Amino acid sequence: METLGHLAHGFSVAFTPVNLMWCLLGTTLGTAIGVLPGLGPALTIALLLPITYQVAPEASFILFAGIYYGAMYGGSTTSILLNTPGESATIVTALEGNRMARSGRGGAALATSAIGSFVAGTLGTLGVAFLAPVVVKFALSFGPAEYFSLMVLAFITVSAVLGSSSVRGLTSLFVGFVIGLVGVDLQTGQPRFTFGMSQLLDGVDVIVVAVGLFAVGETLYMASRRYAGKDEIVPLRGSLYMTAAEWARSWKAWLRGTLLGFPIGALPAGGAEIPTFLSYAIEKKLSKHKEEFGTVGAIEGVAGPEAANNASAAGVLVPMLTLGLPTSATAAIMLSAFQSYGINPGPMLFMTQANLVWGLIASLFIANVILVILNLPLIGLWVRLLKIPAPQLYAGILVFATVGTYGISQSPTDLVILYLLGGAGFLMRRFDFPTAPVIIGMILWPLAEAQFRRAMTISNGDWSVFYKHPLSLTLLTLAFIGLIGPHIWAYVERRRRRGPEHVPGDA
Amino acid sequence: MLNRRRFLMSTAAAGAAGFAALHLSPAFAQDAPQIQIFVPAAPGGGWDQTARTMDQVLRSEKLISGSQITNVGGAGGTVGLPQFISQWNGKGNSLMVAGMVMVGAIIANKSANNLTEVTPIARLTGEFEALVVPAASPFKTAADFVAALKADPTKVPVAGGSAGGSDHILFGLIAKTAGVPAANLSYVPFAGGGEALSALLGNQVAAGISGYGEFSEQVKAGALRLLAISADKPQEGIDAPTLKEAGIDVELFNWRGVFAPPGVSDADKAAMITLVETMAKSDAWATECKNRNWTQILLTGDDYAKFLAEDTTRIAAILKDLGLA
Repeated sequence: METLGHLAHGFSVAFTPVNLMWCLLGTTLGTAIGVLPGLGPALTIALLLPITYQVAPEASFILFAGIYYGAMYGGSTTSILLNTPGESATIVTALEGNRMARSGRGGAALATSAIGSFVAGTLGTLGVAFLAPVVVKFALSFGPAEYFSLMVLAFITVSAVLGSSSVRGLTSLFVGFVIGLVGVDLQTGQPRFTFGMSQLLDGVDVIVVAVGLFAVGETLYMASRRYAGKDEIVPLRGSLYMTAAEWARSWKAWLRGTLLGFPIGALPAGGAEIPTFLSYAIEKKLSKHKEEFGTVGAIEGVAGPEAANNASAAGVLVPMLTLGLPTSATAAIMLSAFQSYGINPGPMLFMTQANLVWGLIASLFIANVILVILNLPLIGLWVRLLKIPAPQLYAGILVFATVGTYGISQSPTDLVILYLLGGAGFLMRRFDFPTAPVIIGMILWPLAEAQFRRAMTISNGDWSVFYKHPLSLTLLTLAFIGLIGPHIWAYVERRRRRGPEHVPGDA
Repeated sequence: MLNRRRFLMSTAAAGAAGFAALHLSPAFAQDAPQIQIFVPAAPGGGWDQTARTMDQVLRSEKLISGSQITNVGGAGGTVGLPQFISQWNGKGNSLMVAGMVMVGAIIANKSANNLTEVTPIARLTGEFEALVVPAASPFKTAADFVAALKADPTKVPVAGGSAGGSDHILFGLIAKTAGVPAANLSYVPFAGGGEALSALLGNQVAAGISGYGEFSEQVKAGALRLLAISADKPQEGIDAPTLKEAGIDVELFNWRGVFAPPGVSDADKAAMITLVETMAKSDAWATECKNRNWTQILLTGDDYAKFLAEDTTRIAAILKDLGLA
């Protein structure tokens, strides 16, 4: 009840015309930068930090919150339409989303992602308002051993994207591991796979790899196949928005995605990628339309990960507001904005800055509403992009991918990497190697490695930490069931079905 | 395509309008110069904030009419440094923000360029480090911590920032003073302050070392216990001894300062030192430093160059002990 009172007060702060204007500006700006690969919310907020010298704290946080949520919405648009993920959190969206767009259901993919984002964002924000103290306790019980086990669990996603040949899929995965290892090793400070180039010391940005393999590689492949008369894009088939069947397939995926995204996002080292991976794997396992995955595109594969990514964005605010822990680049920059007002974010923030915190939370609800209103009418406009004749569209994608990649850090090296990977992506596509495992490998492996080594340093080399911690053991068991379970199940099923004929022979 | 472009243009225009509004308010001084600030890090970090705060204070004090900030991030500043040396050579109106982190990165990355090639203008601020333990820890004082370290360093996992960074360096210096071989230390590096902090709050590690600002609120809330700080003298409002007072002869500031490019004239160098000194002595700068937990440790020109040389030697030695150089 007390929370409701605070929340009502928060709405009274956020509902002033000036603050609504900031919210609108933030969400619009956020959507735009989300659409551009490279220009993420962290960078945008960093560039807008000087605004804190000019306006009231409430206004600037409402602006930043709008940018933050807006970028999550915008990022999925280019993933779906152009196979060019703008943020690492929307890479998974591209897998099914772009297939749907090519087979004429781009409008539905955009709609399920916008509405799913709204549902997950709203539920996630409710979670921030009501559950923050509980969730944060759970989050702090995660140590390196638990994180490592969570990464192991996330690796089951790989099984969902391996494609028809396990050998090819695993090869891609290992390529991803190697790309993920490039750069200075956090644990020892030593450079790995940098070949003496200082530009490689910070590693390869996952967006460069995703855009290179997905957008550039795919575009080159499509262009090369054009005269074979295959793979034509169907701009629109059926209704622009979602059909009743698509609604029915989406809503459970939204809820499951939210349930994964919010708690994992609240973990200090959770991030947005892992819940999107897990959500994709789960949706594929549970779907009654498995044949649509990787072919014409399955709507669950868009709805789940999109919800997961927006719920995790809300989750990130939990440690930030309750403990002053910045757990993502964007949160870190928002915290430094607190500091320029002389406010020290910490465990006392909810008490000492109630106006600010509840105003911020209320504005997140408003931002969600504005974003869904802003994004749904835009769908019709976005889908028209696909009517552009193929040569111009492909050229446009290449220009867009190049400009966006350059925008990440204005580094020519990134462009060289982009086109090298684009060439590699073309060859992989040509010889039927799946590209998604590369991305999963490069994101998960360095995280898993770092957490593993931290756990082993803390335990002084004692392996038992991974199974003596109950949480870690639970996660490992889940991973085991996820990986081995389906095979055992299939084996048992087979035995049972052909059982009667074989029993005499077996005995 | 047109519609999309119009949409993007209109949002860009909205953003631009926001920026324009920001720049209108401070009064433009007629004769004040324009300066260029080079930040060898991505927007948002400590060096970038130093640059943007400098820009803000310099303009509000009417010392400059405006500044242009360029970010070239990567590898602790060692990607930006060669660019500053080669492409900004002789530009008398420009400054680069750098600090102790770059000294360490140059050594650890075996960078071809170093800070002796640029012109030291001023050391501006520093953040002293803090040694903290979880509230439930058996360590009550820094002496308890050192005693446990001496008994068996592998049993005392300490969380901090990336390997070879200021936190790791301070841990190495503490161990060295206590006579514990640096190679035996159990240091657990985390990518960001938040992650290290959560490892402490979750009782995953025995102690933590990071900038005081990272821990201050948790210390006030009683979730962490502050054992010692690495400042040169006790700080107002901080209820903990310095490491020296606690019997550990170590002092460390994660300092930040500014440099002019190589090849600037003596007149330009002197003018730049005066400009930065005037700024550092202003009330506006003092307020900003207070808000951000930056300690003012102003040192200019030749004194700064001398300090830089000493600090480089000290950091090189400890990184070698830690096996990183």
